[in-house]
Amino acid sequence: MTAISQVNSIEGLPDTFVSDRLARRKLRHVQERIIEFILFLAACVSVATTIGIVVILLKESFVFFQQVSLWDFLTDTQWTPLFADAHYGIMPLLSGTLVSSMVALVVAIPLGTIIAIYLSEFAPFTVREVAKPFLELLSGVPTIVYGYFALLFVTPLLQVLVPSLPGFNLLSAGIVMGIMIIPTVSSVSEDAMRAVPMALREGSYAMGATRYQTAIRVVTPAAFSGIAAAYILGISRAVGETMILAVAAGMQPNLTWNPLEPAATITAYIVQVALGDLPHGSVGYQTIFAAGLTLALMTLFFNVLGHLLRKRYRQAY
Amino acid sequence: MSEQTARLESMRVLITRHKRWDLVFAVLGVLALMVGVLTFVALFTQMVVEGAPRISWDFFTSFPSRKPDQAGILSAWVGSTLVMIVTAATAVPLGIGAGVYLEEYAPKNWMTDLIEINVTNLAGVPSIVYGLLALGLFVYGLGLGQSILTAGLTLGLLILPVVIVATREAIRSIPAVIREGAYALGATKWQTTSHHILPYSIPGIMTGVIIGMARAIGETAPVITIGALTFIAFLPAAPFSGEPPAGLFEWVMSPFTVMPIQMFNWTSRPEAAFHHNAAAAGLVLVVMTLSMNALAIYIRYRLRKTIKW
Repeated sequence: MTAISQVNSIEGLPDTFVSDRLARRKLRHVQERIIEFILFLAACVSVATTIGIVVILLKESFVFFQQVSLWDFLTDTQWTPLFADAHYGIMPLLSGTLVSSMVALVVAIPLGTIIAIYLSEFAPFTVREVAKPFLELLSGVPTIVYGYFALLFVTPLLQVLVPSLPGFNLLSAGIVMGIMIIPTVSSVSEDAMRAVPMALREGSYAMGATRYQTAIRVVTPAAFSGIAAAYILGISRAVGETMILAVAAGMQPNLTWNPLEPAATITAYIVQVALGDLPHGSVGYQTIFAAGLTLALMTLFFNVLGHLLRKRYRQAY
Repeated sequence: MSEQTARLESMRVLITRHKRWDLVFAVLGVLALMVGVLTFVALFTQMVVEGAPRISWDFFTSFPSRKPDQAGILSAWVGSTLVMIVTAATAVPLGIGAGVYLEEYAPKNWMTDLIEINVTNLAGVPSIVYGLLALGLFVYGLGLGQSILTAGLTLGLLILPVVIVATREAIRSIPAVIREGAYALGATKWQTTSHHILPYSIPGIMTGVIIGMARAIGETAPVITIGALTFIAFLPAAPFSGEPPAGLFEWVMSPFTVMPIQMFNWTSRPEAAFHHNAAAAGLVLVVMTLSMNALAIYIRYRLRKTIKW
């Protein structure tokens, strides 16, 4: 009541406006700012996580590289940090990572692409409705379970075909890893294909093209950067995958390009060291951070590349 | 006239030939899908055949043991449950808070861009790198040791991007009309958010939280990296139990093991008897994560069907 009369008396000074209501509104404003600040802090946790990762990896690696030269790290062909005759060459671990990732990609890229094209251009509605959640489930299986499967199901199966195959090998780990990555590749590729405007397909059909011709010659090229982004995400997942390799590929560093051999990857080495009891601050302890830094840089490179490619296809339409 | 029919005929042949490729590719697509399906079936069958005979009440109530037929997963599932409590307590409030901030509050400036790019990139960081962060920061930097708290915080940070993205997507699907209505009645931003935006986006957020938790429960690498023990034959102290009585939160500092680590430990032993235990633990783990994922998919499906703005 008072508030209304005050508003009506125009010549009243500003301070006459400070009614209960206005005071409450001021308090409300302060509350709002506090809540906004708390939410802002929550959003900053993710930035802090990144900073934490960078600082920890750089700090421990810095100590490591004071004792081991970067040149040795990159060129030495032996990785034996836990032996008396210690060598710190990342090459053997890198070769294991690259070979297993290559095997995984040979499996995941063709299958993932075919599934994506099929689901986006060919599959009837019901098939898509069933297949997509199923693929999601496939990617939800814990990696340790895939590791078990690779070691105790796929390896014995492959040994029937290749009797000389050792119990631990990069091939079976890579194949299972590839199947694990299929959902990543197929879902991102499919999203890219569905983002291709309908008019392009209609134009193609109007010219008398078949479904297959439209899918392969129109939709796939139009969605190419998105599909490439999917491949790169797949690569980055393969490079960072840990448990399948730690279980099924063995933990012996081995400079090889042959997938039929056992070899340790960067990630498997970190697991191996963490399982043992290395004193905090020893060179052995620091090696896992140097290995982790290498891994983080590799995945960062692929992630940024994938991000740029995806941005391009979003801008296209 | 006959020339025309010949041309028509040749065109028909051409069309049939090209149409054949449609069929070939459709079959190829189904086959490729079948590779996924068959792998899944083989994996599940393997787990059931090898592991199901080991599943019994005793398997859930026994500690790990050197004798494979007496070993169980008591300490592992209790550990997993406790770690998940800490993970949820970390990731849910932080993830929802960050998601709400980015969707409802964030001004368009470089700071917001930075946070957004950062969330996208964090989702692509390999899980083992989170393990290294936890080892350097939580275990040695903050002196939390190889505890349930360390593992829970690590996994919480790991699934944070999942929760943030799910929250943002859920909020984004709420039409602007709802906000405008609330503002028109004089509600503040927070009143609008807490009374309208958040309640309506709960199913979507739940989907993300469940998928994130399913991922966290199966994560092995980061938990191994922080140095979680594999042989634990005791349970963390329950609040107010023992002598002297344990505090309400004493269990968070306790050493622990989790389901995937127990499974890894059994898988990497040479004796076949332990592999049966690994399969049984794997079966429990797969059923757990798959039912969580299925629940999330179901919630999303219901959401799409029932809510029409």
